[in-house]
Amino acid sequence: MRGARLGVAGVPWLLVPAALGTALVALPVVAMALTVEWSQFWSLVTSEPSRDALWLSLRTATVSTLLCLVLGVPLALVLARSHGRAATLLRSVVLLPLVLPPVVGGIALLQAFGRRGLLGGSFTALGVDIAFTTTAVVIAQTFVAMPFLVLSLEGALRSTGTRFEDVAATLGAAPSLTLRRVTLPLALPGLVSGTILAFARCLGEFGATITFAGSLQGTTRTLPLEIYLQREGDPRAAVALSLVLVAVAVLVIGLTRARRSSLTAGTP
Amino acid sequence: MTLDATVRLDDRAVDVSLSVADGETLALLGPNGAGKSSVLAALAGLVRPDAGHVTLDGRVLAGDTWVPAHDRDIALLAQDARLFPHLSVLDNVAFGPRARGAGRRGARATGERWLAEVGITAYAHRRPHELSGGQQQRVAVARALATEPRVLLVDEPLSALDVEAAPDVRDLLRRVLADRTAVVVTHDVVDAALLADRVAVMEHGRVVDEGPAARVLGRPRSDFGARFAGLNLVRGVAESGALRMPDGRLLHGLAEEREDPPVPIHDGARLTAVVAPTAVGVHLTHPHGSPRNALTATVTDLEPHGHLVRVRTDTLTADITPGAAAELGLRRGSAVVLSVKATEVHLHVTGTDL
Repeated sequence: MRGARLGVAGVPWLLVPAALGTALVALPVVAMALTVEWSQFWSLVTSEPSRDALWLSLRTATVSTLLCLVLGVPLALVLARSHGRAATLLRSVVLLPLVLPPVVGGIALLQAFGRRGLLGGSFTALGVDIAFTTTAVVIAQTFVAMPFLVLSLEGALRSTGTRFEDVAATLGAAPSLTLRRVTLPLALPGLVSGTILAFARCLGEFGATITFAGSLQGTTRTLPLEIYLQREGDPRAAVALSLVLVAVAVLVIGLTRARRSSLTAGTP
Repeated sequence: MTLDATVRLDDRAVDVSLSVADGETLALLGPNGAGKSSVLAALAGLVRPDAGHVTLDGRVLAGDTWVPAHDRDIALLAQDARLFPHLSVLDNVAFGPRARGAGRRGARATGERWLAEVGITAYAHRRPHELSGGQQQRVAVARALATEPRVLLVDEPLSALDVEAAPDVRDLLRRVLADRTAVVVTHDVVDAALLADRVAVMEHGRVVDEGPAARVLGRPRSDFGARFAGLNLVRGVAESGALRMPDGRLLHGLAEEREDPPVPIHDGARLTAVVAPTAVGVHLTHPHGSPRNALTATVTDLEPHGHLVRVRTDTLTADITPGAAAELGLRRGSAVVLSVKATEVHLHVTGTDL
């Protein structure tokens, strides 16, 4: 933070909209912190429904993030090393959830995996119901969060290019070894920030989840759903739980920054 | 072992054939954009040629089959060192042996040996970005050689280095290339002269001149080679032991014997005269005394060339001192007389259709 200062590129009035923008983001969060009933905070966030929701959110977000990694890393590799119309098309498809309203995503998932959906029948025949189960929560979260990981990792892979992979090949490294020891380590900063972004997005998922998975306490009612529900019955609990999510978000951002600076410290 | 290759790359308009004998270093010399680096990439297996073949010691690497880069035993030294930024210097050098199946300990031992060889031992545990450009290039040399490649490809290894670092790395390369089968791409005649046994001059995607380094550099036969070495190349036809230029004037010189015993130059043979620009004098009127060659010419360009002035004319190019240029009041379009001693004009028979 040596020499830290706010630059305005010689255009001082830019500070005004910049300050307004900051206020727009910061003020609501501050308001929440100021209006929460701290005396009851602990009991509000440790009530049984709250604990269920928090525990479910952490579990599903973790599993979904792992799923994002398993599916998203190969996808990012394919996208980063492909050219032409097919690659453009593939990228548009994969990034679709970024621009789609989550509710629409939930409807789409229902049409695919719901009991009367396209594939729902086949799953029912196998004795598996997906919609309105914890599995559905994980699928919904993966659906909306994976593009964040893919986008971030693909950017890192593209900016490095294939120069180091070429060197590795001429040194006798087979492609799988090059992937493990050169490609992925070099893309690690992008992979880490992508993973953290995806985790945060999983944790905050609401629209697709409530549409596709419903809101059953302990099974599909994640923290955002619980907050929404509590807003009707006990607004104080909603505010308290919201602060918990803010705390998790701040933690995630802090973690990203710390990881990034420790990773970039060793590279030029 | 012999490396034998014909490489055609349509999008770079490259079509060359090369052959490198066991332990020999071939320099691929040419201007930027001639496609030299693309040829190396094809030899290394990083680019698939549109047609042609690559054979190493009888094993077909490209042609009927395709052997991927990691299975070729051909190492490539690029223009920039390209050390893996996330690995220590030692792990960079140990990467190749590791990839080829050596254990961690064995690979590190090999790495340490090669780091000692290039004089970088003290920096073994640093990250690459902590090293200077010259040191990085040394590590790159060590990394390439640690895989014990059968062929070493070198792509302008000095071009990214500053003037102080280049001679060091050149010395190192001269040492490691001495008994290795190697192809060195360069646009620098000094590198070609110091590093290579044989030189192939490449221009517009084709090899236009090829032979022993001393011959190609000393008496280049391609237009490019002569411009390159700063030498004048005048083509013409033999007449009474002199060269009749296309404009009808005679250029007297000495025959350079290519063959041993020397073959007399027959009238009508196609000749190329090679004249060093420093051997050409520039005068405003016909000089006194009797230089065998006194050619009227028009100055087309004047440009600085080291501490001299390069005077380009419609016939020969001359290098003169700035003082002489000022005294003569030369400018574009000046009418001058060029003088060259016959002993400074080297005549070569270049036509096969004698």
